[in-house]
Amino acid sequence: MPYNLKEIIAEKPVRFTAGHRMCAGCGCPPAMRMILRALHPEDHAVVSVATGCMEVSTFIYPYTSWTDSFIHTAFECSAATMSGVEAAYQSMKKQGKLPQDKNTKFLAFGGDGGTYDIGLQSLSGAMERGHDMVYVCYDNGAYMNTGIQRSSATPHFADTTTSPAGKVIPGKMQPRKDLTEILEAHHLPYVAQTIGVNNFKDLYEKAEKAIYTEGPTFLNVLAPCPRGWGYPTDMLMQINKLAIDTCYWPLYEIENGVYKITYKPAKKLPIEEFLKPQKRFKHLFQPGNEWMIEAFQKEVDDRWEKLLQLEKATSEPNAEAK
Amino acid sequence: MSIRERLSGNEAAATAMKQINPDVVAAFPITPSTEIPQYFSTFVSNGTVDTNFVAVESEHSAMSACIGAEAAGARAMTATSANGLSLMWEMIYIASSLRLPIVMSLVNRAVSGPLNIHCDHSDAMGVRDSGWIMLFSENNQEAYDNLLMAHRIAEHKDVLLPLMVCQDGFITSHSIENIELLEDDKVKEFVGTYKPEHYLLNSEEPIAVGPLDVQAYLFEHKRQQAEAMRNAKKVILEVSKEFEKLTGRSYSFFEEYRLEDAEIAIVCMNSTAGTTKFVVDALRNQGIKAGLLKVRVFRPFPAEEIASALSHLKAVAVLDKADSLNAAGGALYEDITSAMYIAQKQVPMINYVYGIGGRDTTSKEIESVYTDLQKIVSTGKLENPYRYLGVRSK
Amino acid sequence: MTEDNYNKNTPWQDLTPGGDIYTAGNAMEFKTGDWRSVRPVFLSEKCKQCGLCFPVCPDNAIPVGKDQKRTDFNYDYCKGCGVCAKTCPFGAIEMKEEGV
Repeated sequence: MPYNLKEIIAEKPVRFTAGHRMCAGCGCPPAMRMILRALHPEDHAVVSVATGCMEVSTFIYPYTSWTDSFIHTAFECSAATMSGVEAAYQSMKKQGKLPQDKNTKFLAFGGDGGTYDIGLQSLSGAMERGHDMVYVCYDNGAYMNTGIQRSSATPHFADTTTSPAGKVIPGKMQPRKDLTEILEAHHLPYVAQTIGVNNFKDLYEKAEKAIYTEGPTFLNVLAPCPRGWGYPTDMLMQINKLAIDTCYWPLYEIENGVYKITYKPAKKLPIEEFLKPQKRFKHLFQPGNEWMIEAFQKEVDDRWEKLLQLEKATSEPNAEAK
Repeated sequence: MSIRERLSGNEAAATAMKQINPDVVAAFPITPSTEIPQYFSTFVSNGTVDTNFVAVESEHSAMSACIGAEAAGARAMTATSANGLSLMWEMIYIASSLRLPIVMSLVNRAVSGPLNIHCDHSDAMGVRDSGWIMLFSENNQEAYDNLLMAHRIAEHKDVLLPLMVCQDGFITSHSIENIELLEDDKVKEFVGTYKPEHYLLNSEEPIAVGPLDVQAYLFEHKRQQAEAMRNAKKVILEVSKEFEKLTGRSYSFFEEYRLEDAEIAIVCMNSTAGTTKFVVDALRNQGIKAGLLKVRVFRPFPAEEIASALSHLKAVAVLDKADSLNAAGGALYEDITSAMYIAQKQVPMINYVYGIGGRDTTSKEIESVYTDLQKIVSTGKLENPYRYLGVRSK
Repeated sequence: MTEDNYNKNTPWQDLTPGGDIYTAGNAMEFKTGDWRSVRPVFLSEKCKQCGLCFPVCPDNAIPVGKDQKRTDFNYDYCKGCGVCAKTCPFGAIEMKEEGV
């Protein structure tokens, strides 16, 4: 069925409601809401969320924004917690303790702090064990909930409260970790990197694939944070567009090891376009710091080039030739 | 007719788990509890149980998965020791605060460091106020029996708290002793099925578990937990009575061994009670009125009942198999002296920290404790209340 | 007593155990509209119903009917972030300061 945004919004239920207390203009809620819309309306879901913005602002006792079953336990174990829920489902369904005609899907969420860093082991374990679940990382590139501390997802040179751009050290001195590739190294049936942009087609379709592919699957979703990144709050969609047009955040998927880049910008924009609106990169534009932009550009180019090669190397004709 | 067997403590625990047939077991290997998930995964592989065994990548994930499974509506069990429990620590509190009746076998071992794989109670003492019910077991039989009673206590609607059954690492877990097992069908009937009122996998009633609980609510939720722990006392006695009817084996908050007419007594937990009973009998033969109080239910702490049971004594020694490193006494000692104070019972009482890191505690050493107590009674002088048993010293 | 009525005066005996909530999605009872300092104004005559603003609202404050058409904002929840206005290709959403 071809993607029809208006029909999806009009017909499919909202599974993440208003009344949550995420910041105005936050990039997470639109993306997460759309991912949940990819669920078939007749299916029940259990959602687990790691401690972080998407938990502490969406389930503040006694109010919850989640219309499906929801569990939060701690920061580093969204995946492990969900693996227990899923194990219970498989066991109880097999024993006839749950209705046979009802499907439940399992979605674990975590921010980059809870996924790239403190929750990486729990995620790796759950994926390796093969639980039938989707793990969704909403990557806003720092520990935003605790006040913008650097994570391993924080981009090179970014100014954060624990990698401040100072007189001697100009921001975070390490490039960001490539989590999507780490997950691909688990040989999962489906791994994708996506974003909520334009008509949200890329996000929705990947979410649907991830949810309805049997086994463990992974989505890495860039979710801008206006406070942490320091861009005007209303620029969410423009920032997302710049992230993909500069190839800072390539959109691609890997199905059983086969790479497919789902968006190739007609004209790849220079990385400055993405960096410039963001206060966390302000110091990169000071005279004498050109080398930082060059280094950033090189990093983006190298990763994009590698991705193009991976796509080529794993595409069908090549795969057959092997 | 019950079944006579010869099993180690770990085998006894795994056998209880097999008969309970939980929906999910999530566990990670750590000496000396490793054998429990090992035996249990054999039951899973052979289709003896319906359980989904989750071989997690850490104890933190073991407890996380148990929480997820239990909240989902399943019966979840695990087993661990020492550092495994330390790694679970964060989730231990979350399990109890979410009011999930998870059941764990804790095979007691020294918490690092330095690394030591042998028995003491430092692991259990580290989580003594985490909101888990804690039952201690003298031997394999008690480890088995406590596990069979565990779900009935933990899942009771007035309780809804997780429960751990403790046994001594190696001393109990790896020693093969005689044991009486119940038939599978009797266990099944006694344990019953788990029917939670609200659970994640009920698609008819989606629920949310684990909120951000702000200043206006957390205190009240903790108060509920405290009440549940108080309620557990009544439920433990009820379930124990029912278990006695089924098996003839009697359990209460604690066991009083020749205590009624005793003048001096030792209080301890787990396997040391076995050695102490042997010493008590020997001393009784010599006409010395020695007795023992063996604590089975450590949390909820039966303060009033223990104070009452010790009130007639002339001197008491409390044995702690973990040092509290607080420049005062061990945890059990502090709890019991406090209970006596509240009950206004003035009995001279001393503390021995003993058996750390698997140090053997011999009958001779236990006898020396009774000798010390006799001296306190005869001189009326207590001197140092904080003592050590079996540590080398100049 | 329902969970939505819990408040700082509710005694411990009346709260749900463990902080569970049995009425999923009840955050709808919590209105976030008073966060707003700027207000989106929907200019229906300029709107082409292209749908691009439908998914971008973090607060689901753009109601869309079964006819696949949007209507005026739900100001009970709109926090005034302006993402919709910036996204609209037709200038059909204007941001105006509250109380002016």
